[in-house]
Amino acid sequence: MERKEARVPVWKTLAAFLAAGSLAFSAVSCGGKRAGSGGAAALQIKGSDTMVNLGQAWAEAYNKLHPEINVAVTGGGSGTGIAAILNGTCDIAESSRDLEEKEIQQAEEAGTVVHETIVALDGIVVVVHPSNPVSALTMDQLREIFMGNVKRWSAFGGENRPIVLLSREVNSGTHIFFKEHVLRRGKSKGPEEFAPAALMMPSSYAIAEETARNENAIGYYGLGYISPRQKVLSVSRDDRSPAVPPKIETVRSGAYPISRPLYFFTRGGPSGTVKDILDFVLSPEGQEIVRATDFVPIR
Amino acid sequence: MRRELRGQKIGFGVLLLATLLVVIPVAAIVALVIAKGWGALSWEFLFSMPRDGMRAGGIFPAIIGTVYLVFISLAFALPIGVMAAIYLTEYAKDNLLTRIINLAIINLAGVSSVVFGLFGLSLFVVFLKFGVSIISGALTLGIMALPVIITTTREALRSVPDAYREVSFSLGASRWQTVRHAVLPRALSGILTGAILSVGRVAGETAPILFTVAAFYLPNLPTGLSDQAMALPYHLYVITTQIPGIPESFRYGTALVLIGIVLIMNVIATVVRSRASRKK
Amino acid sequence: MKLSPRRLREFVIERLIFLSGIASIVFVLLIFVFLLREGVSVLKTASLGEFLGGHLWYPISAPPRLGILPLILGSLLVTAGAVVIAVPLGIAAAFYIAEVAPKRLRPVLKSFVEVLSAIPSVVLGFIGITILVPFLKSLLNLPTGLTAFSGSLMLAFMALPTIITISEDAINAVPREYRDGALALGATHWQTLRRVIIHGALPGIIAAAMLGIGRVFGETMAVMMVTGNAAVIPHSLFEPVRTLTATIAAEMGEAAKGSPHYFALFAVGIVLFIISFAINLTADLLLNRGRKK
Repeated sequence: MERKEARVPVWKTLAAFLAAGSLAFSAVSCGGKRAGSGGAAALQIKGSDTMVNLGQAWAEAYNKLHPEINVAVTGGGSGTGIAAILNGTCDIAESSRDLEEKEIQQAEEAGTVVHETIVALDGIVVVVHPSNPVSALTMDQLREIFMGNVKRWSAFGGENRPIVLLSREVNSGTHIFFKEHVLRRGKSKGPEEFAPAALMMPSSYAIAEETARNENAIGYYGLGYISPRQKVLSVSRDDRSPAVPPKIETVRSGAYPISRPLYFFTRGGPSGTVKDILDFVLSPEGQEIVRATDFVPIR
Repeated sequence: MRRELRGQKIGFGVLLLATLLVVIPVAAIVALVIAKGWGALSWEFLFSMPRDGMRAGGIFPAIIGTVYLVFISLAFALPIGVMAAIYLTEYAKDNLLTRIINLAIINLAGVSSVVFGLFGLSLFVVFLKFGVSIISGALTLGIMALPVIITTTREALRSVPDAYREVSFSLGASRWQTVRHAVLPRALSGILTGAILSVGRVAGETAPILFTVAAFYLPNLPTGLSDQAMALPYHLYVITTQIPGIPESFRYGTALVLIGIVLIMNVIATVVRSRASRKK
Repeated sequence: MKLSPRRLREFVIERLIFLSGIASIVFVLLIFVFLLREGVSVLKTASLGEFLGGHLWYPISAPPRLGILPLILGSLLVTAGAVVIAVPLGIAAAFYIAEVAPKRLRPVLKSFVEVLSAIPSVVLGFIGITILVPFLKSLLNLPTGLTAFSGSLMLAFMALPTIITISEDAINAVPREYRDGALALGATHWQTLRRVIIHGALPGIIAAAMLGIGRVFGETMAVMMVTGNAAVIPHSLFEPVRTLTATIAAEMGEAAKGSPHYFALFAVGIVLFIISFAINLTADLLLNRGRKK
C-alpha cells in the first residue's frame, strides 16, 4: 500500500526529533560538567540588587583563588535574601538594610541565629538629568519632592518642568532605606510614603537609564551606579549645613547625610567556606574590590 | 455606478492601509532585531557561559534552560493533551460534561500568564514542595501548553474522514483499536504541528517562570529536575532592565535567538502541515 | 466477556483517556482553588471594599494599604487603548486579506501575521523600552515616555494576530450564497463587504475582538517594561500607570510568604482570573452562536 510508504517520513521525523532531543540532553549534561568546574554544589549568595555586582566581583575573585569552590550570586532584593537566609535556602544574604522587627521575630521563633557582618558602606545618591540646573537640595526638600508635595522643578530654581519621580520597587532595600531615612527622617515607622505617582523602576540601572534621557527625572540609587550620564546632587542635612557631594570620603566620614552600611547575613557563627569568604571580603584585597566597584570600604 | 466604484476604491484603500499598518511594523521589528543582533551571534555567544557579570561571553545556560523547560513541559503536556483530544473527538457524547470540558479548555487558554505563575508557585513550589526548580517551571508551562495541544490535536483528529472509522468498526475493531490504528496515524502530522507550535509558545513565556524556576545568574548548568535554571525570556528581561554595561548587540542578539527559536518552530510546523495536506 | 490481557489493557487506556479528558476541568478548578486558598486571606487585612476600591497601594507599610483601584484602572486603560487601536485595524486587515488581497499575496500576508504572533511578549517589551519609549517622549513632548499609551501600542501588536485570524475565519465562513446574491443584485464588491458579509461574520468578528481583549488584559511582560509602573489613578492615556499583571510580576518575587502583601497579590490574581473568565466565556458564547447560524 503506497499510503504506508508515504507516511513513513512522519514517523521518521518524530523519531529523529526525539533522538535529537536525547542527544542534546546527554551532550548538555556532559557539557554541564565541563563548563562549570567540578560540578560541586555552589555556595549561594542571594539578596540586594544594589550589592549584586559587588557580590559577583567578590565571587569571581574568590573563585580565582579557590577554583574548586563555586559561588552563585543572585539578586532579587534585600528582602528576598533575608527571607532565604531565614529559610535556609542560601548561604549568605546580601542586604542593603538591617533586619526588620518582623524578620528578627521570625528568626527567634525558628531558633535561627543570624550573624550580621558589615562588609562595605554605601551612599545613596540623588541624580537628575545633566541639563538640570539644580545642583543641591536639602533633606527636607528631597522629602517634599519624593512625597509628591512639590511637583515642578521651578520650585527649586529649575526650569518650569514637571518633576518625574523614579523609585525602586517596594521591597528593595534601597527603596526602604530612602523611605526611612529621607521621607521618615530616620524613623522606621511613619505615615510618610513615596508619592503614588512615583514610577517604580525594576532596578537601579533602569533608574539610571531613565534619568540619563529624561530632563524631568529625579531618582536615587547606590554610589556604585554613578556614571557621567547623570548629574549627582549634593545633599545638605538642613538649611544651615553645607551641601555635601557623595564621595567615598564623605560617606565614610558621615558628612554625606544619606549613607548606609551594606551587610552580609549568615546563619550561626560563620564557619568553613562561609567564614573563609567573609574573611576574604573584609581583607584588604576584598575591600579593594569594594572601592573598584564604587562602594566605600569600611577601613 | 461611478460613485460606487469610487467608494469602493476608497474603501479598499483604507483596508490596504490598515494591512500595511500591521505588516510594516512587523517587518521593521524583525529587521531591526536581525540587523542589530546578528553581529552578536557567534559560536561563543551561543555556546559559552556568561562572563564579567554577563556582559561578555555567551548565553548558553539560558538557551539550555529554555530547551530543558520546553522538552519537559511537552513530555508532560503532549500525552495528556493528545489523550484529552482523543476523548473529545472519539469518545465524548454531546452532553453537559463535554460542554464543561470545552469551556474549561477555553478558559485555560485565556488565563493570564502571570496567574499561571502564581498557580505554579502555590501548587508546585510551595504546596508540593518542589521548590524553585525546573520541574516546577516545566509543569507550569505544560499546563499552559495544554489548550494549544488539545485544540490542534482535536482539529487533526476531526480532519480524518469518518469513513476510516466506520470501516474499522465494520471489521469488528473496538473503539480503541480504531483510534489507535485507523485514526491516529492519519492525524499524526497534525498532532506534530500542534506540538511544534506549542514549543514556540512555551519557549517565549516569561511570567510563568518568574517565580517557579528562573534564576538571575548561575555559574553552572542545571543537572537535575530540582535545579534552578536560567531561561532565554527571563534573561532578556534581566539584561534589558537590570544590568548596566551590556553591549547593545548582546541584547538584540538574545532577542534574535528567542525570536529565532519561535520562528523556526513555526516554519517547521508549517512545513509538516503542508506536506501532510499535500499527501491528502 | 473474558478479561483477556488485551481487554484489560484497553480498559486501562480508555480510563486514562477519560481522565485526560477531564484534566482541563481539573486544572481550571485547581488554579481557582489555589488562588483562593492564599488570596482569601487578604480579607484579614482589608475589607473587600477597601481592596477593590481603595486607591492607595502601599503593601508593606504598617498598616498595609491594599487598594487595587489604581491597578484595575491601569489595566483597563491600557487594554482600552490597545482595543481602540487593534480592533479596527485588525478587522480591516482581516477583510483585506480575506476578500481584497490578490490571491498570490494572501499567504505572504498571512505569514506576516504569523510572524507577529510568534514574537514573545518580552521581546516586544524590549523593543518598546529601547525604541518606542524615548521616541514617544520626544515626539509628544511628554514628561516621560513610560506611559499607558506605550503599553497600549505594544499590546495592540500582541492582540492583532488573534483578531485578524479569527475575523478572517469568520469572514471566510460566510456562505457563498450571501455574496453571490448581493453581487447578482448589482452591488459592488465593497458594498457587498460593507452590507452583507460584515453582517454575516459579525458574531465571529466580535468574538475575535473579545478574545483579543482577553489576551491583552492578561499580558504581563510587555506592559511591565513600558508603562512606568506608577500605582496611581490615571488621568490620561499619556501618563504612567501600573497594571494588575505587572504588580504581581514585579512584587511577587520578594513578598514574604504569609504576609498581607503575599495574600494581596494572590487576590489580585483572583481578580485577573475572574475577569479573563468573563471575557473568554462571552467570546466563546458568541463564537458558538455564530457557528450555529
